[in-house]
Amino acid sequence: MFDNKVYRKIDSLSGSVATLRAEGVKYGEIAEIESRAGTSLAQVIKLDRENVTLQIFAGARGVDTSARVRFLGSALRIPCGDALLGRAFTGTGRPRDGGPDLSSGPTVETGRPSVNPARRVVPKKMVRTNIPMIDLFNSLVESQKLPIFAKAGEPYNELLSRIALQAEVDVIVLGGMGLKYDDYLKFRDTLDESGALARTVMFVHTAADPVVECMLVPDASLAVAEEFALRGKRVLVLLTDMTSFADALKEISITMEQIPSNRGYPGNLYSELASRYEKAVDFNGAGSITILAVTTMPGDDVTHPVPDNTGYITEGQFYLRNGRIEPFGSLSRLKQQVNKDTREDHRTLMDAMIKLYSSYKETAEKQSMGFRMSEWDRKLIKYGEAFEKGMMDLAVNIPLEQALDRGWEILAGCFERSETGIPSKLSDKYWPRKG
Amino acid sequence: MQTTGKITGVNGNMVTVAFDGAVAQNEVGYAILGDVRVMAEIVRVRNGLCDMQVFDSTNGLEIGGTVEFTGDLLSVELGPGLLGMVYDGLQNPLSELAEEASKKSFEDGFFLQRGMYLNGLSRTAKWKWTPSAKPGAELTAGEEIGWVPEGIFRHKIMVPFSLRGRYAVKSVAPEGEYGVDGEIAVLTDSAGRDVPVKMLQRWPVKVPLKCYVERLAPEETLVTSIRTIDTFFPVAVGGTYCIPGPFGAGKTVLQQTTARYAKVDVVISAACGERAGEVVETLKEFPELTDPRTGKSLMERTIIICNTSSMPVASREASVYTAVTLAEYYRQMGLNVLVLADSTSRWAQAMRELSGRLEEIPGEEAFPAYLESRIAAFYERAGRVTLKDGSVGSVTIGGTVSPAGGNFDEPVTQATLKVVSAFHGLSRARSDARRYPAIDPLESWSKYRPVIESARVEKARGILRKGSEVGQMMKVVGEEGTSLEDFTVYLKAEFLDAVYLQQNAFSAVDASTPEDRQRAMFEETEKALSMECRFEDKDETRKFFLNLQQAFIDWNNTPAGSPEYEAAVKDIETRIKEASRV
Repeated sequence: MFDNKVYRKIDSLSGSVATLRAEGVKYGEIAEIESRAGTSLAQVIKLDRENVTLQIFAGARGVDTSARVRFLGSALRIPCGDALLGRAFTGTGRPRDGGPDLSSGPTVETGRPSVNPARRVVPKKMVRTNIPMIDLFNSLVESQKLPIFAKAGEPYNELLSRIALQAEVDVIVLGGMGLKYDDYLKFRDTLDESGALARTVMFVHTAADPVVECMLVPDASLAVAEEFALRGKRVLVLLTDMTSFADALKEISITMEQIPSNRGYPGNLYSELASRYEKAVDFNGAGSITILAVTTMPGDDVTHPVPDNTGYITEGQFYLRNGRIEPFGSLSRLKQQVNKDTREDHRTLMDAMIKLYSSYKETAEKQSMGFRMSEWDRKLIKYGEAFEKGMMDLAVNIPLEQALDRGWEILAGCFERSETGIPSKLSDKYWPRKG
Repeated sequence: MQTTGKITGVNGNMVTVAFDGAVAQNEVGYAILGDVRVMAEIVRVRNGLCDMQVFDSTNGLEIGGTVEFTGDLLSVELGPGLLGMVYDGLQNPLSELAEEASKKSFEDGFFLQRGMYLNGLSRTAKWKWTPSAKPGAELTAGEEIGWVPEGIFRHKIMVPFSLRGRYAVKSVAPEGEYGVDGEIAVLTDSAGRDVPVKMLQRWPVKVPLKCYVERLAPEETLVTSIRTIDTFFPVAVGGTYCIPGPFGAGKTVLQQTTARYAKVDVVISAACGERAGEVVETLKEFPELTDPRTGKSLMERTIIICNTSSMPVASREASVYTAVTLAEYYRQMGLNVLVLADSTSRWAQAMRELSGRLEEIPGEEAFPAYLESRIAAFYERAGRVTLKDGSVGSVTIGGTVSPAGGNFDEPVTQATLKVVSAFHGLSRARSDARRYPAIDPLESWSKYRPVIESARVEKARGILRKGSEVGQMMKVVGEEGTSLEDFTVYLKAEFLDAVYLQQNAFSAVDASTPEDRQRAMFEETEKALSMECRFEDKDETRKFFLNLQQAFIDWNNTPAGSPEYEAAVKDIETRIKEASRV
């Protein structure tokens, strides 16, 4: 058992999956396959009497039936620790930046068990981004898991790097899945220019790499993040794009002949996504993990299985549409934890402004259909335009307090106090005096 | 002799085992992996092999590995000490797990360790026992032998539910302090054999507890203090209801508010496959909050079953059964218990995953064909019952449903709607417009009796319906194409929505509206709804209703009994009077 038995006869090959007869193999164990196509790692994904099914990380292309298969006796381990900072790796932890291989240093097992809910703490620390649509309307909280829903072509990676640069964290872990090579370079350069690269670890799968490695990227990123967090670091994990991850999952489960549940995705898509997102945590007495992910919506359809399942798992979502964070649908479920301690008018102002913006949307629709505008409609139109310009534009880069003051000014510029639905106690104090 | 087996296959969280001796469907066994014992349940026996779902990771298991069968079905421990506990889906106490794991290392304490299972009930806690049955008395399963105080209740210690037939009481332990596994009585069965009885008993979770005389119709309204629910779509004590809604529509906040304010004795919250963060909020907040009815900590009436989305999927499947079994146990004491399952879709998905691994022929959306009957059987465990001592207890079940894409035409929602008696459909449009709770007032329904006379509620609903129609029409013909009369109805509907249906779950006062305050509020609201305005134009009418709405919202945030409260009512009535046609 200890001499890593070697096998040289593969019985079947399909997709990225190989089956062979072997003994004494453990479920989940890693094997090394050497063939004409080169050397790749593989993982045991099924045991049926003497038949062992392996998932080959580099894909089965070029693997011959007489390939040399050696079982390594342990689960997949990824290098971890400070030596990773500033570096880029593949999903299996091999360097992709030409730097030294770190697999002989400290390593960490991927896919550790779930954090005991009894040991979690209620998140209380706001992550300031200076984007009013986030800080004022949907505050981001340390240890939150939040996706950005966008259709292809939206500047989601730009938004991601902007938040990454402005957020105060110790370590940034970037997990790139199905990334275009130039996007990878852009991330690297942006982080480098601002000096953030030295506190960043990147696990990158580009569209040209084997699909199984795409599946490994979130696990590798989160295992490394977890290790940093347990050592007291505040870690921000950026995952882009989780739809590529789900598509990899789909591709593999279909080659495995699993019965698909919805649009070809496997029935356990929810659990697979959840076990990754739930790694977001604030360790009591150690560090924290905050996850910001990108989920592209095929066809801008939020009911597509990937954004849909994601929405049920994450603590809210940001909708990025036409280069702006949409106030409708965007939600930070944890904002209540922090926005009560910012300024007393924060919550009320937030609710009032959104309600009025929603009325504005209806009016704008009426206007576009050519209806006569009432006095109230005209106020709403004025308000909606001021709101979009002063709040929603992503170019707006102001701290929360300034954004709140701006909110009152916008309201006062358009409405009477009683029309805003704000309790008199607050408007007495904050409503801007004329003149 | 104990049955053992050898593993012949591993696939995800399923193992196939060849066994010697006899095994039962749903029997529990342990796969042995070094010094770790991994729990599993038999889900199918075929061709002399059994398929078992494993309640933990299967990594490291190998062909030929040993499995030991226990002979028991998946069960929970029942007895004093359940209240205030936080369990996983298999009734492992989570805080104790953390404590035990941190003995290994500080780091390990954060994680759920594979193969670590602890007793659901503390063996060291002592309970003050008072016997009530006399030696010589004849008893059957579920009848009281004595009691211990637990929180504010008399926790009845009953003849074990698994005993069949009549038993004579041979001896009862005297008053004193006992642990849950101390002997508190000896019974004699009809054949003269002695049966020792402890406070602790076990019951298989998938079997309904039926030690009652008869089931009653659910008649009484269960007051949740959420206005939309109590007034428009009420829930009954012993009834069933479901809350389907897309993500972000506020299902969980609604469940949490209900857990906090509902007028019941015990609340059992099953967080099934949902976010851990939300459970943590409840976990940290409830001990701090006081139960308005008892003045004690809210946690003392609460049990949390927490099997969040990243925890093993097989115990997620078990978690809703664990919750309802604990509920039935407290019902046996004549208490009213509310089970909140969030979310039953995750439970159904756990069934789907399992069914897929068993390679069963799939039904709609790959859910197994038995989905409907399982859902029906689960909700059927609710009910109001007369117990053997004449008292009445109840289990009310409220389940959330998370339909894919927010589309209610999917198998889980449809199967649930068939078997529940109240439907609180949450709407994306309402939650986008920040109208909370987002229960759709036109789509939802309830077959139970509201806190306000049905006829009056129907009238108010009529205005909502008409108002929505006018609103739709206005989108086409515009405001100028709408008559003042129709426009007023539209404004009235919006007003009713803003001041009565919408409720601020984060406001200290508005979050909970008790029954009598709901009546008072409804009365004032009715006045506004039935008034004939004296205004001649739309802008003036709108202005009036916006101002009235403001006054109402201020009133909603005023504590009952304060001088401001009376002043607010007077203000509202004056406004209505002044704006009415004489």
